[in-house]
Amino acid sequence: MATATTKRWKTKHGYLYIQDDECKGCGFCIEFCPKEVLEESDTFNAKGYYPPRPKDPEACVNCTFCELICPDFAIWSEKEEAAEPEEAEANG
Amino acid sequence: MAERILAGTHFLNGDEACAEGALAAGCDLFAGYPITPQSEIAERISRRLPQVGGVFIQMEDEISSIAATLGGAWGGKKAMTATSGPGFSLMMENLGLGMMTETPCVLINIQRGGPSTGLPTLVAQGDMMQARWGSHGDYGVVALVPSSPQEAFELTVRAFNLSEMLRMPILVMADEVVGHMFERVVIDPESIEIVERKAPNKPPGEFLLYEPGEDLVPQGMPALGDGYRVHVTGLTHDERGYPVLNEETQGKLIPRLRNKITHNIEAIVDVEETEIDDAEIVIVTYGISARSSLGALRLAREKGLKVGMLRLRTVWPFPADVLQEKADRVAGFVVPELNLGQIVLEVERAVCGRAAVKSVPHAGGEIHDPGTILAAIEEVFAHAH
Amino acid sequence: MLTKAKPAPAGEVLENVSHPMERFLRADRLPHIWCSGCGLGTVLSCFTYALDDLGLTDADVGVVSGIGCTGRAAGYLNLDSYHTTHGRAIPFATGLAVARPDKKVVVISGDGDLFAIGGNHFIHAARRNVDMTVICVNNFNYGMTGGQVGPTTPIGSRATTAPYGNYENPFNLPYLAASSGAVYVARWTSLHARRLKEAMIEAITMPGFTFVEAVCPCPTNYGRRNRLGEGLDELKYYAEKSVIKHGADPADADLLPGNDVLVGRFIQKERPTFLQAYEHQILDKQHFVKPQAMQNQNHVRLSGATATDGKAAS
Repeated sequence: MATATTKRWKTKHGYLYIQDDECKGCGFCIEFCPKEVLEESDTFNAKGYYPPRPKDPEACVNCTFCELICPDFAIWSEKEEAAEPEEAEANG
Repeated sequence: MAERILAGTHFLNGDEACAEGALAAGCDLFAGYPITPQSEIAERISRRLPQVGGVFIQMEDEISSIAATLGGAWGGKKAMTATSGPGFSLMMENLGLGMMTETPCVLINIQRGGPSTGLPTLVAQGDMMQARWGSHGDYGVVALVPSSPQEAFELTVRAFNLSEMLRMPILVMADEVVGHMFERVVIDPESIEIVERKAPNKPPGEFLLYEPGEDLVPQGMPALGDGYRVHVTGLTHDERGYPVLNEETQGKLIPRLRNKITHNIEAIVDVEETEIDDAEIVIVTYGISARSSLGALRLAREKGLKVGMLRLRTVWPFPADVLQEKADRVAGFVVPELNLGQIVLEVERAVCGRAAVKSVPHAGGEIHDPGTILAAIEEVFAHAH
Repeated sequence: MLTKAKPAPAGEVLENVSHPMERFLRADRLPHIWCSGCGLGTVLSCFTYALDDLGLTDADVGVVSGIGCTGRAAGYLNLDSYHTTHGRAIPFATGLAVARPDKKVVVISGDGDLFAIGGNHFIHAARRNVDMTVICVNNFNYGMTGGQVGPTTPIGSRATTAPYGNYENPFNLPYLAASSGAVYVARWTSLHARRLKEAMIEAITMPGFTFVEAVCPCPTNYGRRNRLGEGLDELKYYAEKSVIKHGADPADADLLPGNDVLVGRFIQKERPTFLQAYEHQILDKQHFVKPQAMQNQNHVRLSGATATDGKAAS
């Protein structure tokens, strides 16, 4: 949520966002990402879980599957339409 | 187009009068399940509500009836349900939900012989303590008790008004005889006062659904879709309505559910006094038993006994102050009720030994013979002299 | 399988970034209480995205829940939300739906709440075709209270009140919903997140009593006691065993351990809703005036327009 620290990676056509401290380590996003973009971090978060991180952000196609299936609202993606990244972030 | 307020002079039974009272008060949702001797309320209101833009639903049981009533209230409607003893028992859990969530609505119980299936078509007043303590946990209760079809009309209107004023379910504890007796009912629109639901006192984002005002009542109630994004839960909650499960929150919320009644008690308590000024013995009674008692009072006065009557039109909150005030001035109280002694326990508690208290119990099935009540009066009188 | 040819990029660190669905969530109530690997978070997520896709605002929808883990969903949604008594979400929702026919009313609750204690209310609301959507999370036990047997627990499964294995036949929920008269019946697992979201959209859009079963892992209770592994393991099982068959006969939708999990949209049909029937039979035939709220019943704005465009509430 807005109070958590967010990491952002540039993907081919947008961005991938992860809020480490929201993650509860279920592993759904890592397992089912169709492009196998994600892996487990090697550092754990405040709750003791290992959040995901993108091995290769450029491989992410912003399909939003991780975003939809994540039970903890810890990961989402943003496809660049025509908006500038700063504008998109302000609107998101 | 039919009228909401059926102005004029009518020949109605108590059940029908309850239905008309509801309509006059602005009821636009009734969810109920048939049960003798309530069925005439449902039957009449099923015909009348659609005439005036309301909705009647016969639900699948009493539990869903009270649940739909609560839901309808949160949808912005003045909602009501009605039942008798067995259904009243089923409704207890959700009555508690209504109390805990401070939901305005009316629940009518046309009491019949119990316990269990009992005497479906015959009178009793055996649910009076259940009305106070029936649901689990601590909360307060307001119960209005009519003694005539006219009062069934008036007190149903009053029940709706009190429910909006106190933001809680209000009980109308009638009985099968009042429900089924036919009498003249005069409906005068000019004399009917309606209390409307209070709108939230602050805009969305600032409004707190359970923030009490000085009267200890939450300040306004929005409906579904008004933009307030309320959260309503039966869990112990804070002023936002969010569950906070700890001792402190419990200590803040639960006493207030009761205190909002005691705080406003002057506007709630309704006791009718008959020939009380010189009374040495006072009959304390309610509902149909008050009419038998009036008969006994007349017989007693004819015999030269100074008897008066306190007729409780609100049994809960119990008007202990009124009893305490009289206790030092009378020889005793006689309490006829169509049960094995329920409200008499409250009388005893209030009087606290300062005067005699004689119960006149009755298992139910018929109303008291005034002679029985007179005999009790004479017994108390004899003891005192 | 993939060798790490280069170290994972660190990413930019930002503060004060909101999740895209945060406006539908009571962020001050998060993180939610659900376990790691539980499917409920996914169901909640899909629901918020469904509302977003539909262009519904927080003034268009009311959510009613019962008691149980699923029942907590109402508390996390930043809408008019009602957390009622065990089994009684549907009749409460009936009162709401009838009072505000111009709003969407959604019940989100669990298998025990909806089909044991709440079973009677379910079949009657379906029979009446009251305009509401019921999303049932089926995790095959009473999770919140520690994992007791429930009306959907498969035969042979273990539960805390079935320590020797359950021997009672479970309900087939799509079959029960369909035979009770639901006009839309679908089942997906929490793995099928996108299709689950689509089903919610279809169900919310359709007038009448619509039903979506979401089969979910309960790794702490049902899953653990029946050696199903973690939530992820259950999702892998769904991936392997799910068979999508739209229009399948709900009678074939029994869930037997080890067998295929039949998912899809099984029923989609039209019949008058409770209030439409009421209108036709009573208001029209008797020439009574229709209450204003009923004049705006069940309008769903699909384009993202606001709730107030020309449709004043009563």
